[in-house]
Amino acid sequence: MSRTADQVLEQEFLQVRAKILEIAAFFDRLSEGGAVTNEQQLRLLRDGSTILNDGADEKAARVQLLFSRQYESNWREKFGV
Amino acid sequence: MYYIDPHIHMVSRTTDDYETLAKMGCVALSEPAFWAGFDRGSVDSFRDYFRQLTETEPKRAAQYGIQHFTWLCINAKEAENVSLSREVIAMIPEFLDRPNVLGIGEIGLNKNTKNEATIFLEHVDLAVRHDQQILIHTPHLEDKYQGTRMILDMLCGDTRIQRHRVLVDHVEEHTIGPVLDAGFWAGMTLYPVTKCTPQRAADMIERFGPERLMANSAGDWGPSKPTAIPDLILELRRRGHSEAAIRRVVYENPRTFFEQSRHFAFVAPENR
Repeated sequence: MSRTADQVLEQEFLQVRAKILEIAAFFDRLSEGGAVTNEQQLRLLRDGSTILNDGADEKAARVQLLFSRQYESNWREKFGV
Repeated sequence: MYYIDPHIHMVSRTTDDYETLAKMGCVALSEPAFWAGFDRGSVDSFRDYFRQLTETEPKRAAQYGIQHFTWLCINAKEAENVSLSREVIAMIPEFLDRPNVLGIGEIGLNKNTKNEATIFLEHVDLAVRHDQQILIHTPHLEDKYQGTRMILDMLCGDTRIQRHRVLVDHVEEHTIGPVLDAGFWAGMTLYPVTKCTPQRAADMIERFGPERLMANSAGDWGPSKPTAIPDLILELRRRGHSEAAIRRVVYENPRTFFEQSRHFAFVAPENR
């Protein structure tokens, strides 16, 4: 069972609006708090919010991967297991 | 709707929670062994814990008509103590014939270290040698993708593994595909902040279909909601899924997976 895009938009508009507001308010609080020392963490959040509006699919999976450590296929050789 | 919670840590919950779960339709659950919030100090501490899982919890659950099943292991968080881990692995067979034991779990990785991988492989070997099913914990947050891929490497590198008898838990959008594609069962954990919301779990059900997919609350002593599965049921109903389709994910799939264990003596509510 899949909903149409119109149904998704109608049913979830208010909840998503609220979530966008929360993110906007977070960035407001951040800028009012002065300089950030953990720039890498801030860059991850900014890159994550860019994914939301980049026009490509698989947004949830790409946000997840953005916040993930890299996988190296030769890890067993490195560990010797 | 009746449902089965395939992953919940009831030793950390009150008896009131058993009552609430029963009222919301939970008829059976499975409780993997996990970390107590502190590192246990000896093999006897694990022996007591396994007695709690195989003797005390089934009685507590039965008071509310819930059948309690369990899985045994030493958690990945304690795998850095390799000598203790090996003592526990050597002791586990004492409990494998207990009537509610479904297999070895939740084994896995935490910070994806060499010692964790070593102990994971030794647990897998134990499971294979004793013809046990396996329930797997995948790491949290930024460690999940790397750890899940490492776990799949280890499982797929062992030709003795029967993939349809292995559940890889805590999958999210970036790990569910590789797990299902490799032929394993996948579990989605409904934690609001650190894992998966009911809405995102419903998205994954719609995207990947119900085959070899289930959902759990993983309720424990930390921030978690033991009644999360009814939240997922409600979300799926709101989206227009049929009762039969919902029942498959929250009741029939866990039942089908668990029935591969010789100790899953489940009695359906209609036959009680």
